[in-house]
Amino acid sequence: MAEISREELLHVARLARLELREEDVDRLAAQLNDILAAVGKVSELDLSDVPPTSHPLDVVNVWGADEPRPSLPAEEALANAPERDGAYFRVPPGGSS
Amino acid sequence: MIDTLRLTAEEAAGLVREREVTPAELFAAYRSAIDERDPELHAYLHVCEDDGGAEGIPIAIKDVIGTRGIPTTAGSRILEGYVPVYDATVIARCKARGLSILGKTNTDEFAMGSSTENSAFGPTRNPWDPTRVPGGSGGGSAAAVAAGLAPWALGSDTGGSIKQPAALCGNVGLRPTYGTVSRYGVVAFASSLDQVGPVARNVRDCALLYSIIAGRDLCDSTTVELPEPVALPEGDSLKGLRVGVPVEFNEHEAIEPGVRDAVQHAIERCRDLGAEVGECSLPRSVEYGMPCYYLIAPAEASSNLARYDGVRFGYRAHARDRLEMYERTRDEGFGEEPKRRIMVGTYALSAGYYDAFYGQAQKVRTVLAREHAEVFERFDVLVSPTSPTVAFALGARTANPLAMYLSDLLTIPSCLAGLPGLNVPCGLSEGLPVGLQLIGPQFSENTLFRMGHALEQALGFDPVPPRLVG
Repeated sequence: MAEISREELLHVARLARLELREEDVDRLAAQLNDILAAVGKVSELDLSDVPPTSHPLDVVNVWGADEPRPSLPAEEALANAPERDGAYFRVPPGGSS
Repeated sequence: MIDTLRLTAEEAAGLVREREVTPAELFAAYRSAIDERDPELHAYLHVCEDDGGAEGIPIAIKDVIGTRGIPTTAGSRILEGYVPVYDATVIARCKARGLSILGKTNTDEFAMGSSTENSAFGPTRNPWDPTRVPGGSGGGSAAAVAAGLAPWALGSDTGGSIKQPAALCGNVGLRPTYGTVSRYGVVAFASSLDQVGPVARNVRDCALLYSIIAGRDLCDSTTVELPEPVALPEGDSLKGLRVGVPVEFNEHEAIEPGVRDAVQHAIERCRDLGAEVGECSLPRSVEYGMPCYYLIAPAEASSNLARYDGVRFGYRAHARDRLEMYERTRDEGFGEEPKRRIMVGTYALSAGYYDAFYGQAQKVRTVLAREHAEVFERFDVLVSPTSPTVAFALGARTANPLAMYLSDLLTIPSCLAGLPGLNVPCGLSEGLPVGLQLIGPQFSENTLFRMGHALEQALGFDPVPPRLVG
């Protein structure tokens, strides 16, 4: 299994919206490489004929009645907002990614 | 005088029913036990001031389960100050039965860990020996029950977070069949694995609490109705029960000799009680379970934890623009383990690596499920140690994430297969509890309760840590 490079690490962090601190990058890279080497063991098995399992129960397409039920009032939905503006969550202006 | 160290939930409910104690007196007894012992143990992250006028007995709740009006942090700074505006379904069901909430118990951050040392608010200590961990992630619930700081508790289990702490603290913990208990209102970690379940001082209490929380919930479409009602176990015979001893789970090199001896002793008792005991093999489950789990769980976690972005609830970092707010909030709010898992999961799901990692892990999961289904054609229950070791020293595994991951070696495979598992204390090694893991086919909880109860009677394990007996 290929080692994860510094560029790749920073790219993945960006995808995950994590701002890594410079002093953490090398240690995290080393830990991730150890973990990926261990979990990469799954590739030892030839499983080309085996279907994947995404969910352990044999349940598909669960339907519910299409009837309205009481939902959270707006005031409560906003109760934990870090910052709000009337009935809206307030956030800083958009940055470029 | 209420002896919270020994009183079972069933006995407590009996005292309330017979009007020998009031619910308020019972609540106060646990509160004073908490005031006395929790400064040392730190099983609780939040303790409730009163019982809210409840008519029943108290319960402790792992802090990943949302409780209306009571802070819920999942052991993370990113949720510090978050107060849910609704109850999780399991909480609503407990309240409907008159249960009062004593408080919220400590957990590894987002239930990621095996020692409770990943909690952003400091570790919990093991009531049997405070220099050791209580296990994790649900170390708070297990320690609270072991130390008489609650008659019973709710935990959550993704790869062993109920069973392993129960093993290390000497209590009974059930990870239920996937889909039998609602996750509505529970902080999500890995949705194809997460299950809520009971932690108790004996098997009957465990079964009783399971009967309260289990069953289909319209708010969680992955839930199903139980095929048969929960039967509170009675009797001491295991006649007719076919018990399998998988060699890979019982002879792994990581298993300490003292753990192996206690488990062997329990298996002998199964024979004495009339069970047919035979060897079997699950050749890939232990070897490939850990790698499979540590791909699937982080992948799902990386998706579930995307919601912590500082917009709607929880911590928000100061920033000039939105992207910086997301990135900084998550950097400052998440601890090391969630960050590691988010990184592993994002990597395993990213273009070019998806098939080799996540896709392959999902296929391994099929292999493990089939392997288990095959042995359940010949056996009703499989037995093994729950944890390869007794409680380890605080700090012993924190420097090396992989060493910590191996703590769940024996609990992970059945979780991947969606199977129920029960931890039953089966003896001591070095003065610390050893847990026996019982695994059954999906929806076999009643069989696990029956077997656990019979063994409990035969083994006569005392769940009270000697150092707490004054």
